[in-house]
Amino acid sequence: MSIVENFDLYAPRLIDKEEYFSAGHRACQGCGEALAIRLMCKALGKDTVVVNATGCMEVISTMYPTTAWNLPWIHVAFPNAAAVAAGVEAGLKVMRRKGRIPDRDVKTVAIGGDGGTFDIGFQALSGTMERGHDVLYVCFDNEAYMNTGIQRSGATPFGASTTTAPAGVASSGKGQWKKNITEIMVAHNVPYVATACHSYPIDFMNKVKKARSIKGPSFIHCLSVCPTGWRVPSAHAIKMGRLAVETGIFPLYEVEEGKYRMTYRPERIRPVEDYIKGQGRFRHLSPDELTAIQKRITLEYNKLLDKVDNLHSWGELQD
Amino acid sequence: MSKRIGMEIALAAAEAVALCKPDVVAAYPITPNTHVPEHLSDIVAEGRLDAEFICVESEHSALSACCGASGAGARSFTATSSQGLAYMSEIIPIASSMRLPVVMIVGNRALSGPINIWNDQSDIMYQRDSGWISMFAANGQETIDMAIQAFKIAEHRDVMLPVNVNLDGFQLTHVVEPMEMPDQKEVDSFLPPFKPIATLHPDKIVSMGTLGLPEIFNETAKSKDEILKDSRRVILEVWKEWEEKFGRKYEPIEACEARGSDVLLMTLGSMGETAEVAVEEARKDGISVGLLKLKLWRPFPFEELRKAVKGCKVLAVLDRAVSYGGPGGPVFSEVRSAFYDMQERPVVINEIIGLGGRDVPVSDFRKIIEKSVQAIKTKPEEEYEIFGVRGS
Ligand SMILES: Cc1ncc(C[n+]2csc(CCOP(=O)(O)OP(=O)(O)O)c2C)c(N)n1
Ligand code: SF4
Ligand SMILES: [Mg+2]
Repeated sequence: MSIVENFDLYAPRLIDKEEYFSAGHRACQGCGEALAIRLMCKALGKDTVVVNATGCMEVISTMYPTTAWNLPWIHVAFPNAAAVAAGVEAGLKVMRRKGRIPDRDVKTVAIGGDGGTFDIGFQALSGTMERGHDVLYVCFDNEAYMNTGIQRSGATPFGASTTTAPAGVASSGKGQWKKNITEIMVAHNVPYVATACHSYPIDFMNKVKKARSIKGPSFIHCLSVCPTGWRVPSAHAIKMGRLAVETGIFPLYEVEEGKYRMTYRPERIRPVEDYIKGQGRFRHLSPDELTAIQKRITLEYNKLLDKVDNLHSWGELQD
Repeated sequence: MSKRIGMEIALAAAEAVALCKPDVVAAYPITPNTHVPEHLSDIVAEGRLDAEFICVESEHSALSACCGASGAGARSFTATSSQGLAYMSEIIPIASSMRLPVVMIVGNRALSGPINIWNDQSDIMYQRDSGWISMFAANGQETIDMAIQAFKIAEHRDVMLPVNVNLDGFQLTHVVEPMEMPDQKEVDSFLPPFKPIATLHPDKIVSMGTLGLPEIFNETAKSKDEILKDSRRVILEVWKEWEEKFGRKYEPIEACEARGSDVLLMTLGSMGETAEVAVEEARKDGISVGLLKLKLWRPFPFEELRKAVKGCKVLAVLDRAVSYGGPGGPVFSEVRSAFYDMQERPVVINEIIGLGGRDVPVSDFRKIIEKSVQAIKTKPEEEYEIFGVRGS
């Protein structure tokens, strides 16, 4: 059901025409992560510095001497985007204070894949959030180490087959559940945390804009479909993102100063099977395993709804 | 006007760094270097230095934050030792490759294991090939001076490379010495503000740290090597200016009583001070011995070394690290390769001393001088020796 009539007609007008992440980069066809970055940049606008962790996006966008970036951009290594961003933010802040750069707000935004965020970059991320840097961190979660060939990460969902947790006679792919990075970020008591997906571009961009406007650390967890790693046709990238949301596997919500809010609530939650059956990485799953996944997803979704219904904002709790 | 002070060297190093007005300091505590960042954070807390002090959660993040800050155009400083340096090591060659002129003080300490907090130089030798300028202080005064020189060298337009200044842990970091501390005016007139070539700012867009394919990798390697070698010219210029302004002379290799001596010792870091006492004593006893104190480790001063050993019969290289399974100590390895094409070259022996804080008194240097004198007649069989191993 379309919420607004003629949405398709006027939606593009809501989006900045300026390209900060330009065409001609080397992402695979249908790469959700590249699309998400393009949208993120449009929402951020010109006064932004981007700090990129190693991963697909850095590799496909900056083959020397070319660059897809029309924003100031730096990449140092895989585990340290949050730490580099802390340095950029501190540097810009002190130089502005000392009058060495123009006196206007420039936002530092760190981006990393799920590997660079959930796993190897986790410590640096936690440190930057805890210290309260004015940094927006966006995790583009394609649920595996795609750049190195689809290896399992802490973000890979239960049952997905990857090149280091492959399905086989004695294995059903990844045997653990996905780490809940969003909740871990909420536990850092940062003012703004949200989930998003490129398949809901306006929702995603609104969240980026909100995070950008907040002084202090913020975190957006953006599910990014990787057709190559998920074993889905390129043309299904947007559809898969929508199904992740509609099945309740990846709910869209935000947590603003402790207050949970669903930003999109499907009227009817579809069975997880609708999402799983279209993806090669889940091809091997048995009906029993599907049932177990459904059970867990329902539980997690209900836990979230409980928070949405019952948790109050910091402001409300103050008095 | 410089002021005569008596102070723990680590604190003096922090004071010297503060005189350079770094914009961003990011550091993580580790013995024996901790007093450097601690004291810097005091200076910031007292309002004497306007800087962002980032209490990072690791050394990996310390250097990463410095890279980000330096990329943004801020003067950046960090300090560490041993395991902390090793923990940074992923980022160390990236900082030089990205031409980010970060300055780092290393309070040299043995690398684990076994875990040990005391001095040797295995930590920095582990980072030898990472493209940084690397210099060694022999005492407190040199620590102060080099810390200030380091910023000027690093940020010179023809260099734009990170610099590490090494001082032996405890032997220097925790020792109180009399020193001359320059004043703010003097440092301001010596050290110009940092003028980066490119910065991370939307008014002039750049991409930093892009992907290098095989087609350009040899070229980047060659340019890294050449720029580091060429930095020698700037280092010498800066040292000359320092001498003119402050009256203290710096050379890649400082020679003491070297000309005409049959035997020369070669040291790196604080052991040069003890060795000097031993050399003076030995000369009084009629032994023809002198001393070369190596101060510049990278770029390595090949030319100066070859000149310095002219006419000497035996050169004893003293290392404070082991290249396990290799040629002995890392300095020894460099020295021997420097001599390979020389027609007339001294016998070179290698003594590896003072590992993990093992004390090396004057009497040990006397023993090494003794052994070197023997070597004039008969070259010792073993190429190198870990000195004073108990039970051997
Ligand atoms: C310290 C270190 N370990 C491993 C690697 C190899 N590596 C580069 S990118 C990458 C995976 C990236 O995965 P993710 O962060 O999820 O980003 P994606 O490529 O999936 O977008 C790995 C393992 C590295 N560059 N550095
Ligand atoms: S592997 Fe996946 S994430 Fe990487 S560029 Fe291709 S589609 Fe995008
Ligand atoms: Mg990934």
